Amino acid sequence: MIRIANGQGFWGDWLEAPVRLVEQGPIDYLALDYLAEITMSILQKQKETDPHLGYARDFPPLIARIQRRLIERDVKVIANAGGVNPVACAREVRRLAPSLKVAVVLGDDVFGRLDEFLAAGHPMKNMDTGEPLSAIRDRILSANAYIGAFPLAEALAAGADVVIAGRCTDTALSLAPMIHRFGWKPDEWDKLAAGTIAGHIVECGAQCTGGNCQVDWRSIPDMANIGYPIIEADHDGRFSITKHEGTGGRVSVDVIKEQLLYELGDPKNYITPDCVADFTSIQLKDAGPDRVQVSGIRGGRRPEMLKLSIAYSYGWKAIGTLVYSAPQALEKARAADRIVRERLHQLGLKFEEIYTEFFGVNACHGPVAVPNPDPAEVQLRIGVRGQDRPAVDRFTRELIPLVLSGPPTGTGFGDGRPPVREVVAYWPALIPRELIQTSVEVVE
Amino acid sequence: MKIPLSRIAHARSGDKGDTSNIGIIAFDAGHYPILVREVTAERVKHFFDGMVKGSVERYELPNLGALNFLLHEALGGGGTLSLRIDAQGKTLGAALLRMEIEIAEGEVLGRSLHAV
Repeated sequence: MIRIANGQGFWGDWLEAPVRLVEQGPIDYLALDYLAEITMSILQKQKETDPHLGYARDFPPLIARIQRRLIERDVKVIANAGGVNPVACAREVRRLAPSLKVAVVLGDDVFGRLDEFLAAGHPMKNMDTGEPLSAIRDRILSANAYIGAFPLAEALAAGADVVIAGRCTDTALSLAPMIHRFGWKPDEWDKLAAGTIAGHIVECGAQCTGGNCQVDWRSIPDMANIGYPIIEADHDGRFSITKHEGTGGRVSVDVIKEQLLYELGDPKNYITPDCVADFTSIQLKDAGPDRVQVSGIRGGRRPEMLKLSIAYSYGWKAIGTLVYSAPQALEKARAADRIVRERLHQLGLKFEEIYTEFFGVNACHGPVAVPNPDPAEVQLRIGVRGQDRPAVDRFTRELIPLVLSGPPTGTGFGDGRPPVREVVAYWPALIPRELIQTSVEVVE
Repeated sequence: MKIPLSRIAHARSGDKGDTSNIGIIAFDAGHYPILVREVTAERVKHFFDGMVKGSVERYELPNLGALNFLLHEALGGGGTLSLRIDAQGKTLGAALLRMEIEIAEGEVLGRSLHAV
């Protein structure tokens, strides 16, 4: 049996979580997930400004902080912190933690290969809209293939203490140690599917140990000290989900069910580079306090195509807010919204969308919100999006004047006018897997 | 009689681009057939009328006593394009639990009747 913990559900997750995982009990592997779909484009921009950047900058200081524990307890780390510059990330880790052996997995970054792919007749159509990539070719900011767990397992086999990948699947981070330690083969679909589903359960950190859980949420113990998840994996594909003793949170069948359904598509076809997992085969059992046993998982053959994550520059947006108090808070906010829209119209400004929410009334649940006709206060929240940056910039100057020139009791403008932000959009596409060759490099 | 879905089920929701996914899970596996009967794709689409522009797909997971819904064009463009506060649809599961379902007298018993 091996213990694989997840200490980071996204870049920006709780900084103490991975530290506590290595300090508060036994684990063999620490998986850390840093990348969201859009993160790569931000990192690409950072790399263009400074060739030493382009990776998750929280990661090297974390390794520096826990390095002694990693060595004492023989814990290996697997992270997709490399972003678009895994080698620079590895060098920084080596600088801060010179006694650790660090390996990088390369080959996912295809930013420089897109024209080669297009020329070879791969249209890389948008999986949602069917448009060919050529429509946005000149606006592309980053392009990465999702790679699976086998290259990461190869890095573990090379003796790495820390494995740094770029755009691998989130589930690969947890599956890789199972492949490495149990010697699973690339066609053992049921086992690979089991490891993939284990990875899916823990990839959002504490969301499978009582965080964001709707079942009796008030009764979930000590969320301030919530324990992050640990997979206890067996060689035959069975596993349990648990957390360190004495930590907060809860692991139960109800909690695990919620996380299994999180960001799920077709449950019979959960596609990864390693296999296709069938979520309708999963059997769950409460197996003691804060422990759920998972078994019965079936899987199918891996796909012939890999998914590409391409980010491109789309346009601009800005979102501004003002607050109105009772009496007639909602009525005032609605009047202010009408005035802003009329002024934008008079200026002749064109936007792709102008969107208004009344925070405290309908922002989250829209037309199906619980009616709240006379709230004590309302935040007016107006957003615009478009291709014309000056128009979006002008919009940001149209809210604060209403404090003096609109309905009474307008406030909440202390932060000044809202920033104009670039919209980086995401373009999902497919590419034949034989075009993506990965390699493992030990960084000295 | 009519009860809100929250009396027999819990939920979690998230996003994939402009598609929101909502998992609806029976507290008591014995009530899964009620979910299958009452919480149809059509009713979910109707419930979110004005909020979900595209189609609604439903998938069944009898092993978990759960249904998975995909709500297309539901997040104002999704991801970074969306101008909504809840661009990831994190709160849509909780919204759907307010939907009323029809049950027969005595059909729902035991621990399943959660206080709303």
